[in-house]
Amino acid sequence: MFSGLKDKVGEVLLPGDEFSLETDDTISLTERVKPEKVVCGPGLRRSGDRLLVCKSGVLRHKQPNMFWMDSQQRRYVPAKGETVIGIVTVKSGDVFKVDFGGSEQASLSYLAFEGATKRNRPNVQVGDLVFSQFVVANRDMEPELVCVDSSGRANGMGVFGGGGLLFTVSLGLARRLLSPHSDVLSDLQTLFPCELVVGMNGRLWVKSSSVQQTLVIANLLQSCDTMTAPQRQELFRRAAQGAL
Amino acid sequence: MASDSVKLSKNLLRMKFMQRGLDAETKKQLEEDEKRIISDEHWYLDLPELKAKENLIVEEKSFGPCEELRYGRFSFKGFNPEVEKLMLLMNPRDETETKDEEDVSRMQTDVTDEEMALRYESLVESMKKKFAKKRERAAPEEEEDVNHNAVETTTKRKFLKPQD
Repeated sequence: MFSGLKDKVGEVLLPGDEFSLETDDTISLTERVKPEKVVCGPGLRRSGDRLLVCKSGVLRHKQPNMFWMDSQQRRYVPAKGETVIGIVTVKSGDVFKVDFGGSEQASLSYLAFEGATKRNRPNVQVGDLVFSQFVVANRDMEPELVCVDSSGRANGMGVFGGGGLLFTVSLGLARRLLSPHSDVLSDLQTLFPCELVVGMNGRLWVKSSSVQQTLVIANLLQSCDTMTAPQRQELFRRAAQGAL
Repeated sequence: MASDSVKLSKNLLRMKFMQRGLDAETKKQLEEDEKRIISDEHWYLDLPELKAKENLIVEEKSFGPCEELRYGRFSFKGFNPEVEKLMLLMNPRDETETKDEEDVSRMQTDVTDEEMALRYESLVESMKKKFAKKRERAAPEEEEDVNHNAVETTTKRKFLKPQD
């Protein structure tokens, strides 16, 4: 199965394609056959012994044994450990309800901030933007967010904002901005001094020194989603020259 | 008393004061009987033993570890220095270019570490002088004797008894 998967890396697969766990035709008699562990990421699913594709897209591979489907979508499905930008909608008692663009709102406890105690409540109002991560995110339970990591430190999470602009892009662009050697990010770096927060739910928040620059950056990011690399670089160059 | 004809009940035999008199075999018998009673009461499934299959496929729901996504907050050209510090802390440390970027991102209003150290040093001196006793303050501050030719004599002034 591992070799079968490796052959298909980079190809377009559709939901319903499966890979079964059968050993190869040639089994060496001298060594013990060691079954290899396969880690299946988003878009791939385990069903008994078989690996099923459940999203259409391109199969990607990472050493040593990770496979996942690279697909386009705009609707976010929460997953544990992902950092997202949420908007506080309800403040009721001990818990805030946060809208992150999913099917239901997530709950964020007031104690899940750095240095928060029962007497010392965090200063969070309805309508605030929070940068937080999921601690519970499966299809059977209500999603839960926290603004603190496992050792109790905030690490930049929590309420942010004060000016700036929040807008949505596709999930693919958000991931491309966050990937290690991102072209879009390196293009953006040379443009204006600005601050950017990227949520994995497709929400971006930008702040720059003037309103016009903020709007320029927001428009650039929203439009470069579907552009090829040369088109995008041309657009950024025009923006840098001040034409936009 | 005809102890042979009277059969003592098992419960009686199990009691502590009777255990001393019994020999080892009867004790073992009693224990086994007890265990058998207990295990008969326990229910168990009469199925063949199923071996749990080793799962070779591990499911991972998030894109983060797949694509090695970085930290979500960014700041460019020194717009927000705290976020820039966070970027250095949170992102994986295998980039060798970070040292060059640090110099570029420093804003002009920043105080370098060396300036801070110099200032702190002079601050400590002035604070120390403020709390020094009057006698220490009166002594000459500068050390003109670089070669340490003259030996310094520090005699503590003692109380002089008045002579009659």
